[in-house]
Amino acid sequence: MEQRLYLYPVWLRIWHWINAVLFLLLLFTGLSLQYSSVEFSFIDFDLAVTMHNVSGIIITIAYFMFLFGNMFTSNGRFYKAKRKGYISDLIVQIKYYTYGIFIHQKTPFPVTENRKFNPLQKLSYVASMYFLLPILILSGFALIFPEIIIKNVFGVSGIHLTGLVHIISGFSLSIFLFIHVYFCTIGKTPLANFKSMINGWH
Amino acid sequence: MTGFIAKSTIIGVMSLWMIVSATASNPEEDEIVFENAGFNHKCFNCHGQKTYHYFNQSTEKEVKDRMNPYFVIDSVAFYQSNHRNFMCTDCHSSDYENFPHNGELRMEPQFTCMDCHGGDPTFAQYQFERIEEEFQQSVHSTKHSNDFTCWMCHNPHTYKINARNNLNINEVIIYDNNICLSCHADINKYQLLSDQTNPNVLVTHDWLPNQALHFSKVRCIECHTEIDKEMLIAHKVQVKEKAVKRCVECHSQNSLLMATLYKFQTVEKRNKLGFFNAAILSDHYIIGANRNYYLNVASLIIFGLTLLGITIHAIIRIMSK
Ligand code: HEC
Ligand code: HEC
Ligand code: HEC
Ligand code: HEC
Ligand code: HEC
Ligand code: HEC
Ligand code: HEC
Ligand code: HEM
Repeated sequence: MEQRLYLYPVWLRIWHWINAVLFLLLLFTGLSLQYSSVEFSFIDFDLAVTMHNVSGIIITIAYFMFLFGNMFTSNGRFYKAKRKGYISDLIVQIKYYTYGIFIHQKTPFPVTENRKFNPLQKLSYVASMYFLLPILILSGFALIFPEIIIKNVFGVSGIHLTGLVHIISGFSLSIFLFIHVYFCTIGKTPLANFKSMINGWH
Repeated sequence: MTGFIAKSTIIGVMSLWMIVSATASNPEEDEIVFENAGFNHKCFNCHGQKTYHYFNQSTEKEVKDRMNPYFVIDSVAFYQSNHRNFMCTDCHSSDYENFPHNGELRMEPQFTCMDCHGGDPTFAQYQFERIEEEFQQSVHSTKHSNDFTCWMCHNPHTYKINARNNLNINEVIIYDNNICLSCHADINKYQLLSDQTNPNVLVTHDWLPNQALHFSKVRCIECHTEIDKEMLIAHKVQVKEKAVKRCVECHSQNSLLMATLYKFQTVEKRNKLGFFNAAILSDHYIIGANRNYYLNVASLIIFGLTLLGITIHAIIRIMSK
């Protein structure tokens, strides 16, 4: 397919890279908060708290940029669930990734103007952008303003539950990140997708 | 039909249980009679209210006057305090029974805690001697010598042990902090001892984020006293330069709070659900101190499997090229 497609509008690329950088910062400072210790630290605790809070606020603003972008531009159509036969498509895609790709089969869902994501990408993007990230953001804000949290849930501190939700959703997104970045290397060339996300053209 | 029987049985058992527990809790609500309440009532007649009456023998008139607010004693708090079984005159001269009080009486020396508690084996668990020793080395004592006594923090008429027997840790924190704040947030009491203008604790602690949360969840003494492993309440308040400022001293797995605030509850390291520092959990969540063992292990495993999967996939991809 020699024809080039313009699939990544400027706003999306700006959002994406702001998001990626901040997410890495949050991951790094978040880990150093969770595994803080008296003997050793990558970064001072109070500095880590401040950086984590500030990055969290900016990533939230960026998230709204993404939401509005998908609401008001045609990019949103790539995230629409779903037509019939999705599950079987998904299985086809999984088979391709676990087997077909190694014997040089053609990708079952090539990128077209109306299909930017294969079924697996779609699932992981929708899950992370419309489920995990909102949870992460909400629980994060609750921890910045702990007075809004319910004090006590069945004998367990509300702040503690919120903290757990925050950590679990943050962890899941980090796992997503690793898989995401790896699968991005599956393109025409290993770097093709990264170039696309920079210049916009597929 | 069986459903109906099952429901009625459950309701029956529940109401029975409620009745039983209601009767069981009754005795607690009964008023406890203090042996000296009758005597103390004479003093509380005047010292329990904002106003008091007396008969002026020279003018032969009943007089109503205002009580000095600092001399008003809260009788409810008194009867909950450690010394609730006392007569007022166990500590004060019995000449106070007369009114007007003899002016000489105010010159009388007060008892100190050690006068009664020093060397008394009944109170060995409280380690009064050690407390006194630490107190002597504290900033308060060294800077103000004899003017600063134990009574300054332990109100003679209301002091009640808390950390030792109160399971509600939030109440303990409030109680203990109010002791410090009775001076550090009240210029009048502070200047009994110092001519300085009281530094505002909210300003001097503005480096602490979520300050309101911290002040309601940790005690002043956590940061300001030298930790003493032998004692429940360390009493050596140190100069401000020695105060805890590093966040990780609390926000870490070996949180200093386990040696202070949660001392009484730190029996096990990990509770059934696998949380480190579980004692902290019921009311608190301290970043860095409350890690979950199982979550830790699970996250390592998931992360490892992810990396492994990616690596294998990548290797096969490269080899099949
Ligand atoms: C008729 C009212 C009245 C009664 C009864 C009374 N007091 Fe007082 N008391 C006062 C007043 C007024 C003052 C403050 C003026 C003064 O010192 O005389 C005072 C002051 C005091 C002081 C502070 C003295 C100082 O200056 O530091 C003490 C201690 C005291 N009373 C103890 C007692 C005790 C103990 C009793 C009960 C045995 C008692 N009072 C009963 C009215 C009373
Ligand atoms: C455990 C000993 C103790 C008992 C019991 C006690 N007092 Fe006191 N009281 C003191 C001491 C010590 C002071 C001096 C406090 C200080 O110097 O800060 C004091 C001070 C006072 C004062 C002066 C106000 C003040 O705070 O300086 C009054 C009034 C007073 N007591 C009344 C009473 C009355 C009334 C009772 C009985 C209900 C009573 N006290 C029971 C130890 C006691
Ligand atoms: C006049 C003697 C006297 C003075 C002064 C005195 N106490 Fe006591 N205290 C007692 C006695 C007696 C008891 C036991 C009371 C009881 O069991 O009802 C007691 C009980 C206590 C208890 C234990 C309460 C409990 O429920 O186990 C503590 C803690 C205590 N006092 C602390 C102090 C402190 C701190 C001071 C000084 C600020 C002080 N006391 C001053 C005589 C005194
Ligand atoms: C700067 C304030 C301050 C001073 C001064 C002070 N204490 Fe305390 N003390 C406290 C606080 C705060 C507690 C904790 C109260 C609680 O939660 O039970 C406490 C607790 C205690 C306890 C109970 C400890 C336990 O194991 O339950 C005793 C006993 C005691 N103090 C004795 C003394 C004696 C004796 C002196 C004088 C030598 C003294 N204190 C001076 C602040 C002070
Ligand atoms: C998280 C630890 C922490 C807690 C909790 C804390 N402090 Fe401090 N406090 C400090 C440190 C650190 C300093 C020294 C600040 C500086 O030098 O800038 C300090 C300074 C002070 C000073 C000296 C201020 C001055 O500049 O002269 C006072 C008084 C004080 N604290 C009282 C309190 C009281 C009262 C409370 C309880 C309401 C409290 N502190 C709770 C850590 C703490
Ligand atoms: C009776 C009043 C009073 C009470 C109660 C009190 N303080 Fe103080 N505190 C003072 C005064 C007065 C000073 C000033 C000392 C000076 O002259 O520099 C002071 C100084 C301090 C300082 C600063 C020392 C420095 O280096 O400048 C600290 C920290 C402190 N207090 C902590 C506490 C804590 C913690 C408590 C509660 C356990 C407490 N205080 C209870 C009166 C009080
Ligand atoms: C004396 C121990 C202590 C020290 C020192 C301390 N903290 Fe805390 N901190 C706590 C406790 C306890 C809580 C948990 C309050 C609760 O139960 O929710 C807390 C909560 C927090 C929170 C709020 C988390 C939330 O739920 O929103 C932040 C942020 C924080 N601390 C940052 C810091 C920083 C930054 C420092 C150093 C400047 C610091 N803390 C020093 C004990 C401490
Ligand atoms: C260093 C980190 C990251 C790199 C290198 C990276 C790389 C890429 C690349 C190359 C693409 C284009 C390929 C495609 O469309 O599938 C892409 C798309 C995307 N990435 Fe990332 N990414 C990173 C972090 C993140 C993070 C942290 C998130 C979300 C939390 C995220 C969410 C997305 C989404 C939703 C898309 C699709 C956007 C769209 O086309 O509508 N990425 N990423």
